[in-house]
Amino acid sequence: MEQSFIYEARGQVLLIHMPKELDHHNCRNLKYETDLLMAENYISRVVFDFSKTEFMDSSGIGILINRYKQMAANGGKVALYGVNDRVQRILTIGGITRLMKHYNTREEALIG
Amino acid sequence: MERFRMEIESLSKNEELARVVTAVFMSRLDPTLEELDDVKTAVSEAVTNAVIHGYQEGEGIIYMELQAEEQELTVLVRDTGVGIRDVKKAMEPMYTTDKSGERSGMGFSFMEAFMDQVLVESEPGRGTLVTMKKKIGR
Repeated sequence: MEQSFIYEARGQVLLIHMPKELDHHNCRNLKYETDLLMAENYISRVVFDFSKTEFMDSSGIGILINRYKQMAANGGKVALYGVNDRVQRILTIGGITRLMKHYNTREEALIG
Repeated sequence: MERFRMEIESLSKNEELARVVTAVFMSRLDPTLEELDDVKTAVSEAVTNAVIHGYQEGEGIIYMELQAEEQELTVLVRDTGVGIRDVKKAMEPMYTTDKSGERSGMGFSFMEAFMDQVLVESEPGRGTLVTMKKKIGR
């Protein structure tokens, strides 16, 4: 099976590299995979890397909101970086802009 | 009027196929990049609804028709799946029947945000037809 997401656990930070096309098809495994990684590592911060993402629909919004809820329930934070204009428009319409901080670079997003 | 029709199997990997084919058909109307992206997103939403809701992620055929008349694009996405009992409710922002928590319930809101007109006709047990229109190159 093709891999949609690439994960990097860096201490308590989980870095998730988003796929080029972020749709329902490519989002299918994220919940299972992140639940597993978050249970194994004491994750206090999730960072989404959108630098490769060219397409996104409301399926992407769904998984972001759910990760936000999961993290907020335990006092954790969610951040993102590498967002292009198109993805930014989708995030704004989806109400994500209010929930998680956007950074320009990976380094800033990791530190917060 | 120019028309294009296709039947696709209800598989999540066909969501991308549906939006790419739509973009190719639409390119004859000389759209801006933003218009292309808008329509691709709306098509992705409609086809995803058919896969997840219409056919409950099981087998089925999704019927798509694309029409170009002057500068207006029409996209029809039809399934013969479970249908929607209360279309008005289904179209409310954030409404979802999904239990996993992974679905935003924003599919119809996105279609409405990115297209000029969205019409949803559905009958429980018979299926759903989504008709979307957008003027291109204004």
